[in-house]
Amino acid sequence: MKAADEQEHAVSTTQPLPGQQSAPAGQPPAGENLLEVSGLRKHFPIRHGIVFQRQIGAVHAVDGVDFTVGAGRTLGLVGESGCGKSTTGRLVTRLLEPTAGTVVFDGEDITHTPVTRMKEARRNLQMIFQDPYSSLNPRHTVGTIVETPMRLGGINPPQGHKRRAQELLETVGLNPEHYNRYPNEFSGGQRQRIGIARALALRPKLIVADEPVSALDVSIQAQIVNLLQDLQREFGIAFVFIAHDLAVVRHFCERVAVMYLGKIVEIADRQTLYTRPRHPYTHALLSAVPEADPDGIRRRERIRLAGDVPSPVDPPSGCRFRTRCWKARERCVTEEPPLVRLGGSPAGHLTACHFPEEPTIEAREEDIVLDPAVTGREETAAGTA
Amino acid sequence: MTTQHPPVQNATGTMPPGADPAGDPLAAEPVVAGRSPARIAWNRIRRDKVTLVAFVVTVLFIVIALLAPVLTALTGWGPITPDGRAINPDTGNFPRGSLGGISAHHLLGVEPGTGYDLFARVVHGLRTSLLVGFASAVLSTVVGVVAGLAAGYSGGWVDSVLSRVMDVMLAFPQLLFIIALTPVIQNALQTNSHGGTDENLRLLVLVLNIAVFAWAYTARLVRGQVLSLREREFVDAARIMSAGRGHILFRQLLPNLWAPILISFALAVPQNITTEAALSYLGVGVVPPNPDWGSLLSDASQYFLQDPMYLFIPGVLLLVLVLALNLLGDGVRDALDPRAART
Repeated sequence: MKAADEQEHAVSTTQPLPGQQSAPAGQPPAGENLLEVSGLRKHFPIRHGIVFQRQIGAVHAVDGVDFTVGAGRTLGLVGESGCGKSTTGRLVTRLLEPTAGTVVFDGEDITHTPVTRMKEARRNLQMIFQDPYSSLNPRHTVGTIVETPMRLGGINPPQGHKRRAQELLETVGLNPEHYNRYPNEFSGGQRQRIGIARALALRPKLIVADEPVSALDVSIQAQIVNLLQDLQREFGIAFVFIAHDLAVVRHFCERVAVMYLGKIVEIADRQTLYTRPRHPYTHALLSAVPEADPDGIRRRERIRLAGDVPSPVDPPSGCRFRTRCWKARERCVTEEPPLVRLGGSPAGHLTACHFPEEPTIEAREEDIVLDPAVTGREETAAGTA
Repeated sequence: MTTQHPPVQNATGTMPPGADPAGDPLAAEPVVAGRSPARIAWNRIRRDKVTLVAFVVTVLFIVIALLAPVLTALTGWGPITPDGRAINPDTGNFPRGSLGGISAHHLLGVEPGTGYDLFARVVHGLRTSLLVGFASAVLSTVVGVVAGLAAGYSGGWVDSVLSRVMDVMLAFPQLLFIIALTPVIQNALQTNSHGGTDENLRLLVLVLNIAVFAWAYTARLVRGQVLSLREREFVDAARIMSAGRGHILFRQLLPNLWAPILISFALAVPQNITTEAALSYLGVGVVPPNPDWGSLLSDASQYFLQDPMYLFIPGVLLLVLVLALNLLGDGVRDALDPRAART
C-alpha cells in the first residue's frame, strides 16, 4: 500500500504531450524578473494544550525556496503531495504569511504587505484554484463571480462591468449568455473556465495556477491546459504552474522545478529536466511516469523507491532525500547539498545533490528496485519461471 | 448545507445556441435551466401536507393577531371591558351559562371574577405572544449571526472569547435568572422614565430577556458552518482580490448560511413563545389586566375545577400555535436540506 501511494503522485494518466521547443510568440521581453522568491520558508506551528498553548514543533512545509519567473514566462512546480508546492503558491499570492524569506513582485517587496493594502500588486497577481467545486461561491451567479475582482479593485471598464464579464466568459470559451447562471449548473471543466475568467478579469501579469487540472476528467484536462496556454501567449501572462502531473507540466512550462520535502532539489529548462536530469529524485519521478510503449522498444531506466516521504515535522539532516536514495553516503547525512550548477549541466540547470546521476533517462544495466514488495514479487516470479 | 445543487433532472433540456464553442464534451449534454434553491424548497413545501397545514394555521394566527382590534370591535367587547351581566355574583362571580359562559355575545365565554370577554383577551393575547416571539427571534438571530460569523471567521482569541460567552449563556439557568432580574431591570428603567406601569416597556424587557439567552444557539450553529465554509477556496479567491473582512463575511459567507439561519429562526419563534408564556405564567412577563396567554393560563389554573373551559381554550390554542410553528420549522428544514431526496 505504501509503495503504491508513494508512486501514485507521479503517475500521469495522460499521454506525454509533445514539448514546445520555441519560446512563445507575442510575449514581452523577458529580461527582467517579474517574480523573485528567495529563501522562502513557511513553518506551521504545532500547538499543544487547550487554554495555555505552547508550541511543541513545526511542520517545515516550505524550507528555503528560491526561484525567479520572468515576465511572460512559465515555471512549473512538481513534486509529490505534501512536498510544499501548494504552500509555495499560497506564499507567493500572500494567502499565507511567510516565516522567512522575501517575495519581490514587479519590483515591489510584498513579503509582509498586508493583503488589504496591496491592491496594486493584487491586480497583477492572481490565482487559479485546484477544486472548481469549492473555488466558486455556490450562491453567486457567474456574472457576479467574474465581476467581483473588478468591483473590489475599483476598476470600471469603459464598456461596463457586465459587458466586460461577458467578454471574459467568451475569452475562456463560455457562452456569455450564461452570465446569470449559478456554478452548480456547470460541469467541472466549465467551472474551471469560470475560475480562469475571474483570474483574467484584472489583466494580471502573473497567475499562480495551483493544480488547475488535477480535479478534472482527463478529457477535459487537455482542453483547460490548452486554453491556459493560448491565454498565456495571447496576453503574455507569466505563470507559476503547480502540478503533480509531469506530462501536463512538460506541455505547459518552459522551466520546471522539482520539489521534495519543502525544498527545490532540481530546476532546469523543460527539455533538460525531462531528458537530462541529474538529481536521483528527478530520475525516480520520471521513471514512475507510465509510457505508452507496449512493445518495450524504448528502453527507459526503472527505479522503484521504498518507504514514505519523511515527516516534514522533523526532516532528515543533510540531504532530505537521503533516507530514500540509493546513493546516500555519510556526506549526505552531515552536509546539505546546495542548489548549484553541476559540472556537465547546461546554464540554468541547478541541482542539489552531492552524488548526481548521469544526465540521461536511458535504461541502466540494472534496475534500481528498493521496494521490498516489488523485489519479493520479482524473485518469486523468477523462481517459478 | 445547501451548497451543491446538481442540475435538476426533469428539465426541458434545450441547448442554448453557441454554448461552449471550445467544445467541452460535458457541455454536449443538455444545459438545464436550473431552479433556484428557494424555488426547489417551495416546491417541496407545497407537496408536504403537514407543513402546508402548519403554514396555513400559522398564517391564520398571524392574520387574527393583526386584525385583533377589528375583531373585538365587531364583537363589541374589548379585552379589558368587563361585562357585569355575564358573571353571577351569587356563585362567586363565575360566568353565567354553560361552558364558561359561551354565548352569541361572548364567543369563547368570559373570565371568572372580572367578566372580561375571553375572545377579546385571547386574540389580543395572541398579539402579545407573536410580537414577543418574533421580535426576540429576530433580535437573537441577528446578534447570533453576527457573533457566529465573527467567531467562526476570526478564530484566535475572538473565537475563544465568544465561544466561552456562548457556553456560559447556554449553561445559564435562564428561567431563574429572568425571574430574578426582570423586576430589577423594570425598576431601573422605570426610575429613569417617569414611573407607572408602561406596557411597552414591559414587553421590551421581556423581548430583551429572551433574546439574551437565545442568541447563543444561533451563534454556535453559524460558527460551526463558518468554520467549514471559510476553508473553501472561494474565500481564498476573495482574499486574493484583496476583499475586506466585511465583504468576505457578508457577501461571500452569509449567502451560504441562509438555510441554517432560516431554520434556527423558524424553530426559535415557538420556543420563545413558550418561554414568554412561561414567564407570564410565573408573573414576570406581561402583567394583568393586559391580555396574554401565559397570564391567562396562570389565572385560569385557580378556577380549573369550577370553570375548565377557561383553562382549556388558551391552553389548546397555545398548543396549536406552537405545534404549527414547530412543524413549519421542521418542514422548512426538510425542504432546504439538499441531501433529502429531490422531489
